[in-house]
Amino acid sequence: MNNNKIYPTYFAFGALLMYGVLYALPSILGMGYAFTDWSVFSDKINFVGFKNFIYVFSPDREYTTYLSNTVIFTLVTTVAKNILGLAFALLLTKKVYMLNFHRTVMYVPSVLSPLIVGYIFRSILNPGVGLMNSFLSTLGITGPRWLSDPKWAFGSVMGVDIWKGMGYIMTIFIAGIMSISPTYYEAADIDGANSWQRLRSITLPLIMPTITVTTVLNVIYGLRVFDMVFALTNGGPGFATEVLYTGIFREFGYGNYAVGTTLSSIMFVFMALIGYFLIKLMTRNEVSE
Amino acid sequence: MKLKKRIGTICVNSIAWVISITMLIPFLLIVLNSLKTSLEAAEMSLAFPSLPQFSNFSVVIEKGDMITGFFNNLLFSTFSVLITTLFASMAAYVFARNRRKIHNFFYYFIVLGITMPINFITLVRVMQTLHLMNSRLGIILLYSAIQMPFSLFLIYSFIVKIPRDIDEAGVIDGCSTIQLFTWIVLPLLQPVLITVMVLTFLNTWNEFILPLYMLNNTNYWPMTLAIYKFFGMYHKDWNLMSANIVLTSLPVILVYLAGQKYIVSGMIAGSVKG
Repeated sequence: MNNNKIYPTYFAFGALLMYGVLYALPSILGMGYAFTDWSVFSDKINFVGFKNFIYVFSPDREYTTYLSNTVIFTLVTTVAKNILGLAFALLLTKKVYMLNFHRTVMYVPSVLSPLIVGYIFRSILNPGVGLMNSFLSTLGITGPRWLSDPKWAFGSVMGVDIWKGMGYIMTIFIAGIMSISPTYYEAADIDGANSWQRLRSITLPLIMPTITVTTVLNVIYGLRVFDMVFALTNGGPGFATEVLYTGIFREFGYGNYAVGTTLSSIMFVFMALIGYFLIKLMTRNEVSE
Repeated sequence: MKLKKRIGTICVNSIAWVISITMLIPFLLIVLNSLKTSLEAAEMSLAFPSLPQFSNFSVVIEKGDMITGFFNNLLFSTFSVLITTLFASMAAYVFARNRRKIHNFFYYFIVLGITMPINFITLVRVMQTLHLMNSRLGIILLYSAIQMPFSLFLIYSFIVKIPRDIDEAGVIDGCSTIQLFTWIVLPLLQPVLITVMVLTFLNTWNEFILPLYMLNNTNYWPMTLAIYKFFGMYHKDWNLMSANIVLTSLPVILVYLAGQKYIVSGMIAGSVKG
């Protein structure tokens, strides 16, 4: 059989063209523009070398805050979603009645639009009458201004994001736990292992590949986070909750295109490294199949 | 021992309920507030409405451009689903079956997009150059491009598992290239295609940043973005905001409940088994 005749390359042209023009091309162009002074204020675009990168990384600018916020957001949400997702997955693979109901409830927040989740929590976290502070005041605690106090805002954003995303991670963990052969647990029962020993010596080691996957997914999500921050605080108060992606939009709004595209290119390099790791991970699984 | 087991079961069940109810409180809050008067809703509490105000919904449908918004959503999502599914499966088929070096390169080139951030600033420029700004076609093509990497990845990992003997039998029976793909391969892909369709539908339905920047004409705005404009006008009326949230979330929740099985199988295919 002639492979090239029955599996012709032109079948891939549609996907390649759309992805290439609307996804890859802007990234490549962006890399180029990062070395220019492109902005809404000038007609001519000049080459400026590494000026934008030096500008973005200078310690007296706010951009390093964007970078550190992005990294903090990624670390905190990744760890929290992994721990909570795993805990709930362990719980919801036990003998629980109405199992599907509980699993569905946990997952639903992740199908909602981030904008809508943002509005819901703007109500709940309203400092005066919101549900959260009303509840705290019945316990005799005066709740903080969750979204407008610089000390609390970023934590609140991460908290809402964890609420929204942990069900998704839980679902992946459930699949991982269910794929463990029950014979391991039967053998452990015969040996008289208690539930902690079963968890530590069987479940955890056998779901390590799943933990790797959820971690990669969470990291990709965390570094690219935008919607949740936009919907809750839009980067404020000040730069307290500003992350890389919201910073890019801020520069775009100001007309500082070159600076925005520089930030985008920095992110691109970050993500390319992670993407390489992800592909390694996926191909490794392919080989073992 | 038996008693201990029973206490364990009771504990596990109660914890599950406590967590589920905590997760549901925000939803309950929104549903209750959507039925209140503006004054009652200003308290943002879990109290029941004194008299259910179903008129909130009709106010929102009219003032929030819900009908136009809903049909815009439907238009964008339906066409993106069709384009993505068709092109991703055609590409995945060729990449998985005909393992030339260049195909392998193309495959990883597209799949790398799963992690890549979009450069919005240069994207706007590319869209302007192609006259795709402020156009329904533009937003549909853009959605399809963005959904392409993960869809391709899912379909590719499914095709790899289908034996090639089937293709050979088709060729021997005299199928042309297109017939082989349309009548033999596509039907076999049905489970993964449904997963791709459900995921693409949900993802494109919830999109609001792209239409916000790419569509100036608010008549083109989907309902998931129309709520943004609505919040600007009615941010003091939490009853109307809540009613709007209920109506805007209902489609995705329904699609999710109907397609739950396929979403989970897609996630498993994409993560646990690789």
